[in-house]
Amino acid sequence: MLLFKLALKNLLGAGTRTWLNVAVTSFSFVLIIFMSGFYQGFLEYAQQVTLETEVAGGAYWHPAYDPDDPFTLDEAHGVPPGPVNSQVAGGQAMPILLTQGSMYPEGRMMPVMIKGIPPDQNIVSLPTAVLGEYTGAAIPVLIGAGMSHTAQLEVGDVFTIRWRDVHGTYDADEAEVVSIMRVENPGVDMGQLWLPLETLREMLEMPGEATYVVAASGAELLADIGDWQAKPVAFFLQQYLDVIEMKSSNAKVLYAVLLAMAALGIFNSQVLSIFRRRKEIGTLMALGMVRSRVVALFTAEGGMHSVLAFVLGGIWGGPLLYFVATMGIPMPYDPSEFGVIMAPRLIGVYGAGMILGTTLLVAVIVTMVSYIPARKIAKLKPTEALTGRSN
Amino acid sequence: MDDNHIVEIRDLVKNYPVGGGHFTALRDVTTDLVVGEFTGLVGPSGSGKTTLLNIIGGLDAPTEGSVTVLDMPLGGKNHKELAHLRREGIGFIFQTFNLLPVYTVFENVEFPLLLIGMAADERKELVDQALEWVGLTDKVKSRPAQLSGGECQRVAIARAIVKKPKLIIADEPTANLDAKNSHNIMQILVHLNQELSTSFIFATHDEKVMGYLTRIIHLIDGRIDEDEHISEPEYRKGK
Repeated sequence: MLLFKLALKNLLGAGTRTWLNVAVTSFSFVLIIFMSGFYQGFLEYAQQVTLETEVAGGAYWHPAYDPDDPFTLDEAHGVPPGPVNSQVAGGQAMPILLTQGSMYPEGRMMPVMIKGIPPDQNIVSLPTAVLGEYTGAAIPVLIGAGMSHTAQLEVGDVFTIRWRDVHGTYDADEAEVVSIMRVENPGVDMGQLWLPLETLREMLEMPGEATYVVAASGAELLADIGDWQAKPVAFFLQQYLDVIEMKSSNAKVLYAVLLAMAALGIFNSQVLSIFRRRKEIGTLMALGMVRSRVVALFTAEGGMHSVLAFVLGGIWGGPLLYFVATMGIPMPYDPSEFGVIMAPRLIGVYGAGMILGTTLLVAVIVTMVSYIPARKIAKLKPTEALTGRSN
Repeated sequence: MDDNHIVEIRDLVKNYPVGGGHFTALRDVTTDLVVGEFTGLVGPSGSGKTTLLNIIGGLDAPTEGSVTVLDMPLGGKNHKELAHLRREGIGFIFQTFNLLPVYTVFENVEFPLLLIGMAADERKELVDQALEWVGLTDKVKSRPAQLSGGECQRVAIARAIVKKPKLIIADEPTANLDAKNSHNIMQILVHLNQELSTSFIFATHDEKVMGYLTRIIHLIDGRIDEDEHISEPEYRKGK
């Protein structure tokens, strides 16, 4: 307790030097929490959007389907197993049929993924109902805002699409954009045309077939489905988490730089203290303070920087983080152009664990860098310290 | 150790390594300091005054010989035991005051009592008493930077005397003070010496200090050249 009081008194007595260090440390503190919160928010939002627009309650894949290999699509179609079809009939799942094709908006050729989806589905949050309401002669097509921007297509635009049917025969027809959906998931937007499932089945001559079947959220994922593969929600999220993990490694470098800034400030300050306060250290020893307590005093002074930084960070960073967590920060660009799931407003998610963890990490690092120069004090002879010489 | 002795020094040698060899700061020093003495180590610069004070204070270790302070032989003692000796039994007064700059006068004087672990009430009583002895009761909340040199040294004296140690070691206590302040400081120290029976040992070459000493040990080139006992110090003759 005595050391704590002395350390605090020394710290506050040092005035500007202390507050500069505390300010730098608090800046690092808040920035690390701020950035971590953004990544957390980004991750949670991405998971939520992926679940709502794509994954729902998991999926059943055709045995030949590999989303990373488009060449498998020629073979990746078939009639889903009976139990899966029963789920579809009960509204607990919906089949999706995929094929590769090309589109020719205003004479340009673009490769696309053509996806058939039941217009009346309510399993994923895509506005597919509009596909069922179309009464024109062309093939109704639903596209995302990103795709609209890339292909320069608006609602009502008619263009040619070409595909290859089950026999390998190329065919083509006119398609019309019936709606443009604003969806943050590029996985259901970029390079994709959404058609009514039955229309696509007719085009491909694949009646009753699907490439995969999406289960409704909360529906039981069946196990006995022949050679089709059940893919739980965790499978899809893990893929996404891997991507986020890869991206967050860049953030870790930033955290390391911020922590190094804070640590360097404290280390510099403590090293300076040794040289500027060596007579004081000698006096403490002459008055009967043992070396270990002198080390503890200086280490406590350093460690206390992080406590003061946490308090200061709370004063100026608390409202800032609260604002970001509740109001968010609007994205300056259309999120659909980024190619990753991104909310129009970035909302930070700041958990107690994250704040506590960051606090603990900064406190430990700052205390450690305080201990190193403090240990040097322990080696100082009292007579040398009193005369102002260091060994 | 003789009951009347507060310090016993036998055949003390202190060498400092210099280059490949060594410099002898003290050689064959043998002497005793008696309880209540007001002793000065006098000699030119480099004669070994401060070295001898540091060894008596447990701040430095002898190369040869034995030193016993307050019944504790210092040979072979670790830094914790020496720190305990200083904390409990010795007060220090430095030439440059060595006050802790961020502490107030009260806190500076209180510091040795905090190290002992004394209760707050008792601490306050002793600090008030020490500040009264040195005449600084009106400066308790001041910081060292707000005080004159003489006042700083009075705070340092209060800090040294507050725990009522048996021995006070003072290294050139008046070197940074003018004549008036020097006499003032010495009068305070003489008063404390007489009132508390505290033994004082000074390193000095200040003539003004010498006028107050009851014993003067002359050091030359690390040896005791003369040990002079004074029955009636100069300051008494002037009264």
